[in-house]
Amino acid sequence: MKILVPVKRVIDYNVKPRVKPDGSGVDIANVKMSMNPFDEIAVEEAVRLKEAGKADEVIAVSIGAPKSKDVLRTALAMGADRAILIQTEAEVEPLAVAKILKAVAAEENPQLIILGKQAIDDDSNQTGQMLAALIDRPQGTFASKVEIDGDHVTVTREVDDGLETVKLALPAIVTADLRLNEPRYASLPNIMKAKKKPMDEKTPEDYGVDITARLKTLKVAEPPVRQAGEKVGSVDELVAKLKALGVNA
Amino acid sequence: MTVLVLVEHEAGAVKDVTLSTVTAAAKIGAVHALVAGEGDEASKAADAAARIAGVEKVLLASDAAYAKMLPENVAPLITGLMDGYDAFVASATSNGKNIAPRVAAKLDVMQISDILSVEGEKTFTRPIYAGNAIATVESSDAKLVITVRGTAFDKAEAEGGSAAIENASAEGDSGLSSFVGLEASESERPDLTSAKIVVSGGRALKDAETFEQVITPLADKLGAAVGASRAAVDAGYISNDYQVGQTGKIVAPELYIAVGISGAIQHLAGMKDSKVIVAINKDEDAPIFQIADIGLVADLFEAVPELTGKL
Ligand SMILES: Cc1cc2nc3c(=O)[nH]c(=O)nc-3n(C[C@H](O)[C@H](O)[C@H](O)COP(=O)(O)OP(=O)(O)OC[C@H]3O[C@@H](n4cnc5c(N)ncnc54)[C@H](O)[C@@H]3O)c2cc1C
Repeated sequence: MKILVPVKRVIDYNVKPRVKPDGSGVDIANVKMSMNPFDEIAVEEAVRLKEAGKADEVIAVSIGAPKSKDVLRTALAMGADRAILIQTEAEVEPLAVAKILKAVAAEENPQLIILGKQAIDDDSNQTGQMLAALIDRPQGTFASKVEIDGDHVTVTREVDDGLETVKLALPAIVTADLRLNEPRYASLPNIMKAKKKPMDEKTPEDYGVDITARLKTLKVAEPPVRQAGEKVGSVDELVAKLKALGVNA
Repeated sequence: MTVLVLVEHEAGAVKDVTLSTVTAAAKIGAVHALVAGEGDEASKAADAAARIAGVEKVLLASDAAYAKMLPENVAPLITGLMDGYDAFVASATSNGKNIAPRVAAKLDVMQISDILSVEGEKTFTRPIYAGNAIATVESSDAKLVITVRGTAFDKAEAEGGSAAIENASAEGDSGLSSFVGLEASESERPDLTSAKIVVSGGRALKDAETFEQVITPLADKLGAAVGASRAAVDAGYISNDYQVGQTGKIVAPELYIAVGISGAIQHLAGMKDSKVIVAINKDEDAPIFQIADIGLVADLFEAVPELTGKL
């Protein structure tokens, strides 16, 4: 069976994002960009399923600027077999991404599509669920465990109350949470090998998807800044401060 | 505008987060509340929803297919009701996040996630980049699909309303998914997202036993909920539902005490709207001190038991 893994190029999670002075967005020129951390976990899970003999092909797909090739190369170096870049300079919203992925899924017929649960730039947490709805398939979101048995996949999900387990009929969509696995670092030989793996290049138009944005960003602002308060020298001082705040136990 | 709000309920009671979501929805239009569930519990929850101030009508969809809120079953129910509504609003909980995007996709609407404020009929603010920026966005879609950050809105009064309850016809089971089980953490303590005081522990707590020995007595003394950093959860000190942060729970208590937590931006994303932040960390340069109102540079293994004893 085939596994499709969509990946997004985003600001590296170690970089503190800066809002542009004109309020038009976040400055991503000249900052380090990487694969969205949740997508890395998705790639790792797909590759592990292949290594365990549960899947025979892992296809990574990215929608974005030409530079998104970098994150596809990372996916290939981690063990994906081939990649598809769907190139556009536009900012593509989750709904349009889901529509493009629906078209890719129609061509590739994957049994499993594993996505990151959210991208750390827009923090929308939508794409996997939207894709699942568009192709009328079940979803296991915020996954911390994925087990394939025959024509079903059992997914353990990190929910507000604890851990929920659901059983889904394949084909299915899974979105990866942090504790699903710990992604590997690609080794140098694998990075070299990845350069020879196939990468298709397409555009949203090839799939007939209108990517016109539905949301208009009117303004992007810094959140209210919190001032550092004061340091106290002892537990007694801390207790006094807490009591002054009305905390009594 | 008429808005359909998805009610979150448990054991026949409406969850607090729904009260905040009703407040947000009321800023958009007239509020109708949808209770999906099964049997007695769902009926009781519908009765409770009908008493929320500001709710004008309650729709009750009672069916075994909705007992576990499987999105494959609940989303078609909502989509089927949306002809009569201008907006669908859910809480940005694991449940709301699971269901709302399915509704949005079926309606061909771009969802607005995790709103912090309502600025106009179709204009909202929402956090992006782990809360390091706040975007003001305007929708051009015919209908709205929104999830609401509970901590950003006051709770609607749980009593005072007297809405009529109507039955909504069930759409049945999609046959695509089934519920296997829930491993819930048992706790007598206040709920993390609505507690007035939260005591959170980080990687410094060493192991599950130490976490319990150091953090729990302080939380008990203060009547506080317990929280944790991702590092503490990853290391198995405590279960996933205690994680505070960008990808965990968002909390905004009166008092947040961070113990042995460095203050990574992903953690701050979940707690920096707390009223008062106290940090206890042995590293005086830890980033948590940049946002803490009261900081104590100390070894937590001495300071926390002493604090617990002196309060
Ligand atoms: C995509 C992504 C999402 C993430 N989401 C979240 C999230 O939702 N929530 C979250 O918390 N993290 C999240 N993280 C992880 C985050 O980046 C940090 O790694 C994590 O918050 C660190 O946890 P910590 O502060 O407990 O550990 P550390 O950073 O290791 O800090 C431990 C602190 O304890 C102090 N300390 C050690 N010993 C003592 C002692 N004896 N007494 C007093 N102080 C002591 C140290 O000085 C240090 O400051 C995410 C990361 C990524 C990549």
